Amino acid sequence: MSDMNMDRRNFLKTSVGAAAVAIAPGMLLFQVAHGSTAAASSKVRWGMLIDTALCKPGCNDCVTACNKENGLSGGTAATDSQWIRKIEIKDINSGRPVSLPMMCQHCENPPCVDVCPTNASFKRADGIVLVDKHRCIGCRYCMMACPYKARSFVHEPLSDQHPDVPRGKGTVESCTLCVHRIDQGGKPACAEACTNHVILFGDLNDPSSEIAQKVHSVSSTQLRADLKLNTGVRYQGL
Amino acid sequence: MSSYTLPKSRSPLYYILLALGALVVSIGLYAMQQMEHHGHIITGMNNQIVWGMPHVFAIFLIVAASGVLNIAAIGSVFGQTVYKPRAPLAGMLSIAMLAGGLFVLMLDLGRPDRIIVAATNFNPTSVFAWNLPLYSGLFTLVALYMWTLLEKRMNCWIKPVGLVVFTWRILLTTGTGLIFAFLVARQAYGSALLPPMFIVMSFGWGMAVFFLVQAAIYKWNDMDEDSVILNRMKNLLGIFVLASLFLVAIYHLTNLYFAKQTEFEHFILRDGGIYPVLFWGGYVMLGSLLPLLLIFHSSLGKIKCVVAASMLVILGSFALLYVFILGGQSFPLSIFPGFEVSSSFGDGAITHYHSSVWEVMLGMGGLGVAFIITVIGIRVLDFVPHDLPNK
Amino acid sequence: MKRLVLLLLCLCVPELWAAESSLPKIDIGKGGECVKDTQWMRKNHMHLLKHQRDETLRKGIRDDQISLKNCIECHASVKDDSVIARNDSFCVACHKYEAVKLDCFECHSGKRKSAWLQQRNEK
Repeated sequence: MSDMNMDRRNFLKTSVGAAAVAIAPGMLLFQVAHGSTAAASSKVRWGMLIDTALCKPGCNDCVTACNKENGLSGGTAATDSQWIRKIEIKDINSGRPVSLPMMCQHCENPPCVDVCPTNASFKRADGIVLVDKHRCIGCRYCMMACPYKARSFVHEPLSDQHPDVPRGKGTVESCTLCVHRIDQGGKPACAEACTNHVILFGDLNDPSSEIAQKVHSVSSTQLRADLKLNTGVRYQGL
Repeated sequence: MSSYTLPKSRSPLYYILLALGALVVSIGLYAMQQMEHHGHIITGMNNQIVWGMPHVFAIFLIVAASGVLNIAAIGSVFGQTVYKPRAPLAGMLSIAMLAGGLFVLMLDLGRPDRIIVAATNFNPTSVFAWNLPLYSGLFTLVALYMWTLLEKRMNCWIKPVGLVVFTWRILLTTGTGLIFAFLVARQAYGSALLPPMFIVMSFGWGMAVFFLVQAAIYKWNDMDEDSVILNRMKNLLGIFVLASLFLVAIYHLTNLYFAKQTEFEHFILRDGGIYPVLFWGGYVMLGSLLPLLLIFHSSLGKIKCVVAASMLVILGSFALLYVFILGGQSFPLSIFPGFEVSSSFGDGAITHYHSSVWEVMLGMGGLGVAFIITVIGIRVLDFVPHDLPNK
Repeated sequence: MKRLVLLLLCLCVPELWAAESSLPKIDIGKGGECVKDTQWMRKNHMHLLKHQRDETLRKGIRDDQISLKNCIECHASVKDDSVIARNDSFCVACHKYEAVKLDCFECHSGKRKSAWLQQRNEK
């Protein structure tokens, strides 16, 4: 086959292909995802402020929403992944009960990132701590290192994963702050689903954002603040 | 005198031992295949207990591997003549046990097919990443060291290479201790005492393994242990057992003193079910006090007692590692000090660990790898300690 | 020497056998060329994927054209909405022919997102 013939073949194929591409969307319902081509910036620091006074014991809306959004099974066996969980605590001395949601705290100095041998556990420029499943070897050292038990290990083969949320057997995973939503200008599923307005999400570095103003005016703490991890998630009412 | 550690007259024994070792290794490989295929769900590990029985085996093998080099170092670096003829055997045991430990660790990974990724993406703050050059470096250096020992023309290099090996192995055991020392999250770990503790424990465990192998070699060659040499070596083992008991005591004592650590210590030492039993019965009584009695009591201290003491020390080491690794993970994280905690994810609750048969099989596979390398090594080369006659 | 030549000739037999078998039949789904031409993609898609995955995951750069999800959106079969379900599915056909193991779909969904969402909403 001579080069000229190959070029003609290629041209025909390309033009027919281009025509098909042009016509096809009208024939079939395909939805192409849209994202931003701008990189995540360190000018932004995503965080959450959780008002525990508004959190109701027995309510699991945030957990249900997270499970649905990320394709988790929702199971609570010791080997099941839980990216967010409701915790009930009670002051040992006074007996005062508090209910609150707990997820990856997205620390500024994450111990999980320090210990990961392959840099699979990393902190994105905008503060979100993620697991790069392409590099994770499943050693679980980050799970040993996390003071908040934020990470889960995938103990069995998975199928039918959510197309936005890749997850696989033998790797470690945790709350991604719904990075796939944030990158499209949205907010985490838990924050959106909470009917009691417990979870406030936003940019901690933007002084005009609701979260920054609230953190500036009301008292809030970081869990295990003594560890100086500078978490992105803060709690009110503890 | 035969120039092989395992004389030709013992050929059938060699093949039997090799077959046994191969069987154990294939059992380990089968376990790994099942874990890789079905996922870690078939093991007893979960999201609270992330490291299980395989890590107990692996850490024993790795710590003992670096510890056995101490025997070589006492001869080559510190000039004690009695230990010099024992250096080659120590070097070979070190390589064998390190290989066994790595076998278990690498095959327990969630994605063991990604070892290349681990080797090519290096996080300088991670002890696991440091371990890659540390372990491969030790293999290379010990091989080099054995060359200086066994090749007469290289004997002049024994001391400098021996010194490098000794330093490297101290770094390696420090790394093993730092794996846990760097973990601020769990109450069992995060202590600067752990690296020195692991180093001291390695002395004892390595020596115990050495004694067992040496005793077997003497038996196969119908030789007798020289009583003076035996005395010196067994006393050294006793000192190492005492020293590690001391450091373990300090570790628990300081923990008990801190109010925030007291509940954890009560769990390990008193309330935790299997953990206090293994700690007091397994490590303290059987693994430390009984061997000390066997070693130091005036009417005891013969070769049979020393072999028994060595076996007990190894048993005690497994018990201690089980308490340290599993007990440390069973106790819940302290996320809300001053509060009672409960959740769907096991917060605030003790997690009970039950090892699966697959994990034990994998661990045994590691022992099998070390065993096979040792058997082949003593068949192929001369590791019998050729002591100079007493004057 | 003769034995070596004979050995080499014998090794050619499987190659000839393979050369005669037909090329893989691929279900290209909706098809089309939006990144680069077919021949370029055949030779380089793995390098593109390997580079782009770090850009997207670690830096947050989500280019529509080189998003894996969007590749699947078009190239998934119109029959079962998947790039991996059958032996002639878009990714499987060539990878099976070349005997190169696909690691991507251990974690990534091979299903067209629009179809996946529809299926979930029906449940």
